[in-house]
Amino acid sequence: MIIIGERINGMFRDIAKAIREENGAVIQDWARKQEERGARYLDINVGPGSTEPVRVMKWLVEETQKASDLPLCLDSTNYDAIEAGLKVCKQPAMINSVPAEAAKMERVFPMAAEYGAEVICLAMSEEGIPKDADSRVALAMELVATADAYNLSPDTLYIDPLVLPCNVAQDHGPEVMETLRQIKLISDPPPKTVVGLSNVSQGTKNRELINRVFAVMAMGNGLDAAIADACDEELMAAVATARILLNIDIYCDSYVDVFMKG
Amino acid sequence: MALEILKEKYRSKVSEVVLGATREEGGTRSHTITVGGESTMPYLHFEGEMPNRPVIALEITDIVPDWHPCFGEYYDEVFADTAAWAKRCVDKYGADLVQLRLLSADPDLGDSSPEECAETVKKVLEAVGVPLIVVGSGKAEKDDRVYPVIAEAAAGENLLLGVAEVENYKAITSACMAHQHNVIALSPIDINICKQLNILIAEMSMAMARRIIIDPCMSALGYGIEYTYSIMERARLGALQGDKMLAMPMIGNVGFEAWRTKEANVPTEENPGWGERGERAILWEATTAMAFLQAGLDIVVMRHPRAAALARQNIDELMQDNSY
Repeated sequence: MIIIGERINGMFRDIAKAIREENGAVIQDWARKQEERGARYLDINVGPGSTEPVRVMKWLVEETQKASDLPLCLDSTNYDAIEAGLKVCKQPAMINSVPAEAAKMERVFPMAAEYGAEVICLAMSEEGIPKDADSRVALAMELVATADAYNLSPDTLYIDPLVLPCNVAQDHGPEVMETLRQIKLISDPPPKTVVGLSNVSQGTKNRELINRVFAVMAMGNGLDAAIADACDEELMAAVATARILLNIDIYCDSYVDVFMKG
Repeated sequence: MALEILKEKYRSKVSEVVLGATREEGGTRSHTITVGGESTMPYLHFEGEMPNRPVIALEITDIVPDWHPCFGEYYDEVFADTAAWAKRCVDKYGADLVQLRLLSADPDLGDSSPEECAETVKKVLEAVGVPLIVVGSGKAEKDDRVYPVIAEAAAGENLLLGVAEVENYKAITSACMAHQHNVIALSPIDINICKQLNILIAEMSMAMARRIIIDPCMSALGYGIEYTYSIMERARLGALQGDKMLAMPMIGNVGFEAWRTKEANVPTEENPGWGERGERAILWEATTAMAFLQAGLDIVVMRHPRAAALARQNIDELMQDNSY
């Protein structure tokens, strides 16, 4: 599983302040720090309630690229902002995200094809997030089939089964695990999978513990990527260990350091 | 409908290491040799590149070795003259490189001083133009005193110096760092230790990480060759999948291992069905070399000129383009 570093997000106060003051150093600092801690992509989100999402997205991408060569994951519900970001990305990026809704898929998939971007696809529709695995997989199939019509190979898609906080929707947990397993059976090559890790622990105590236990459980069920805090050392150590136990990386005594240093 | 051939795609490759340095580069070699750089499993030219052909080093020692009499007709008059022996390996038997083993440094075999060892290295460098591999006596305590002196004496020559092991890697790595040589990292048929040792060396110096040649520790045909083979295969797969701490070229002491097997040493009369001893041993060495070439060996260290010739012929055949 790879980590998509979540930290460059206007939801965080220091980032919101940096955006307001156009202080690129803060953005660059987080880009560098997350890369050093083992992130493989960097999520870029202008934050909620931004009045100029298009301009800010472009600025964030430019500032981030001054400090890191990692590919970026452009995170917005405003597709014009995503497109503005794609235009200045130095290498193929990831679009975050599109649900299984016709109008949004028609906007996002052609854009992904044009810019050679990967796409995070949400297993939800206008009707919201389904509770059971079968309905989530049905939406994943709809996303894969629609993307195929735009010549996007399934392995450029990251299906997000959508994780809800474990204190309010405890019964979703096993359904998410089942969804992760079934998604690998819907096409050849299969789509990849991703979760927004911190959702699972929203509003709980022990957030970091819940995040990292969920991460390794999901990895055991085939999870490919997580949007997560790359600076959470315990999480990264747990992920590094799961990679060893799943025979993804070759063991050596310094495997945790090696994973974090990339 | 056209047949679609499935080809494996790899996302990374083995690093390249340059051995030796010409006058322009600060050394005195007639040419340099580059090893590694593979972006495919061995010889699958249709899936990736093998930009550098595997090379053969002939092994020499700085004291007269107790080798099989069948070496006599090739080396008898040069055994006692290390520089002349090196020259013969290159001029007459076409060695790509020479590996000098400083056996005389062994406290039980002569206990020659680091300065005497450095003198021998210099003489060999004067005698031949090919890049040089120098390995210690195998007695770590003594070798640790020898490495800095020969590294300094051969500064600029870009030697391949051996060997670093997990229990003992600092002295040799420091010597190589100080005078810009390459290092052989030896692990005992163990992928985990192989990777760990490379990490330890890289922690001393990231520049040295690019100067490592892995010795996965050979075993001869009939003596667990398949274990080494599978370790080498796993390391190569790791390298191709992006594991930088396994993405180094590999070296193996094929001659040393093959010539100490029972099959290379049982006298003809004891087991006539096995064939004449000398011939049998040569084939044992050549066959061991061929197996490891298939596993991805980049530098084959051999002993017998005829076995080396057979291995070279095998490399010629393996390097023929089979891409489509």
